[in-house]
Amino acid sequence: MQMVPQESLAMLVQQDRVHRNVYVDPGIFEMEMDRLFGRAWLLLGHVSQIRNAGDYFTTRMGREPVLVTRHTDGSTYAFVNRCTHRGSLLCHQAKGSAKSFSCPYHGWTFDTDGSLQWVPTRSGYEPGAAAKIRELGLRPVARTDQYRGFIFASLAATGPSLLEFLGHMASSFDDLVDRAPEGELEITGGVFKHAYNGNWKLVLENHLDGIHPNYVHASSVNVARGAPDPGSPERESDIAIRQMRQNGAPEKVWESIGIWTTAHGHGYMGDYHNDSRLVVGLDNPVFQDYRARLVAKHGEERTREILGVTRWNSIVYPNVSFMSQFRQLRIVHPLAVDRTVVYTYSFKLKGAPEQMFRDTIAFANVVNGTASWVLTDDLEVYERIQRGLGATGADWVDLSRGFGNDVADTHDTRRGGTGTSEIFVRNQFAAWLAYLTAE
Amino acid sequence: MTMSAPPVSGTTITITEAHQLLYREAFLLDRHRFDDWLALFTPDATYWIPLEENQADPLETSSIVYDNRELLGLRVKQYREARAHARLPLARTVHQVSNVLCQEAKGAPNEATVASALIVIEYRQGRQRTFGALVEHRLRRTHLGLQIAAKRIGLVNSESELDGIAFLL
Repeated sequence: MQMVPQESLAMLVQQDRVHRNVYVDPGIFEMEMDRLFGRAWLLLGHVSQIRNAGDYFTTRMGREPVLVTRHTDGSTYAFVNRCTHRGSLLCHQAKGSAKSFSCPYHGWTFDTDGSLQWVPTRSGYEPGAAAKIRELGLRPVARTDQYRGFIFASLAATGPSLLEFLGHMASSFDDLVDRAPEGELEITGGVFKHAYNGNWKLVLENHLDGIHPNYVHASSVNVARGAPDPGSPERESDIAIRQMRQNGAPEKVWESIGIWTTAHGHGYMGDYHNDSRLVVGLDNPVFQDYRARLVAKHGEERTREILGVTRWNSIVYPNVSFMSQFRQLRIVHPLAVDRTVVYTYSFKLKGAPEQMFRDTIAFANVVNGTASWVLTDDLEVYERIQRGLGATGADWVDLSRGFGNDVADTHDTRRGGTGTSEIFVRNQFAAWLAYLTAE
Repeated sequence: MTMSAPPVSGTTITITEAHQLLYREAFLLDRHRFDDWLALFTPDATYWIPLEENQADPLETSSIVYDNRELLGLRVKQYREARAHARLPLARTVHQVSNVLCQEAKGAPNEATVASALIVIEYRQGRQRTFGALVEHRLRRTHLGLQIAAKRIGLVNSESELDGIAFLL
């Protein structure tokens, strides 16, 4: 596989357009895995997935299979999920609880802190078996850290700290956690794993895009418009119908929302739902009950602050997209230059009414489900983009909407001149280029 | 609900009737006669493709599909939309139903639970996929004849990484 010289990368990624090769060239994909997914902080998961000693889950960091554990002393570990002997995948389960991990090949057994506990016929390693066993513990991921219960890791030993990396994006995690009356989240309710034959960047370029809903989602918008109005009276289908209709908001609504970006490629969509646009009506009795619980815990003023945050999707580049309003989180796993899988999780807000989580699940089904009215059209379009980008002769992808109108805003953010600015894609590529060309 | 009991002919719903209904359902789906297919379901029907193996609860765990009759109707309507990108063209399918076992529903003399195996071949845009599922129907005799009051489709690969599903199982 041919690597692309660094000076050529800068020619591929220009301020308001990128060359199609960044989506289709397998050599560039390999560089992304080494230099971007091999360096950036990647979200692995949430502490609620490993509540108790021995709990674990497995995930990926780019090409690396990763095992995340809770050790008996309460600390969290992330390891390359590979036996240090002959290389077998050590743990093949998605999640569970274990006292130790035994390799299926020769039985090498590792503690939840990664130390090698046992090998068969230890005498085979004498003299020096004790030292050998000490040095053959699981290889930890270079750095791990947490922010408000979210577990991140980086395969690079050096680089910005997690807090530096997140910058103002940390406030999107605050928004998510602060909404829980008891200040805690729990990942539960199943994991959708939706795959598509397209580049991993396409999904991150879609989640803050305010133009596409009226086109990609036209069919689900139309069928939802044809259904009886939600809330008259309240019925099971309301969540689905409200959200499908929401995608059909008029252009001026999308133009008036806010798109902010931060350093390192992150960005979020805000000012999305004011009271009249909320997907769940504020006069909904469940929401009133929830609000009352927040007030009981935090008082009226703080509750107003918490609920006053009106963010929709937040993207922490390059592997996570989440939203607090319906407690959804998506982790993007690149598999090949033209193959991606997205894992989608739901959160329960501790202390919130039970019905709120049921609404979360209904929302997940309609928006993130593998057979959803909405998502299936996104996946179809990602695949068509990938096929289109395979065409030679028209080499550039245009990202110039709003170019030149971006403005500096508070907290070291930049804001698109309008809500449909492609500022967030330009910002992702600026970070992309920095990662790929850094020594 | 387990279906380990030997097939019996209920007093009101016979195994032959159950066969006929399941075959007719497959026939209508494969010929894209979705309105006729929808008419097989009772107004209070549920159509459920659980996300997890042995999933008992559709409300607090996500589902690949968990539709009431209203939402199922919207799904059918989407097929006719001009910009239904993932559904234009519609997938061509073969629904193969077999291993049908019929059991009278306890306490509901006009209902039966029917277990079956389903294999679906889906073809669309140059790609063919195969799905396998263990299916449970709850059939009810109504004034409109035999109808589907609930359908649960246990896809064997529901927990795996799945490409979009834009057709009906």
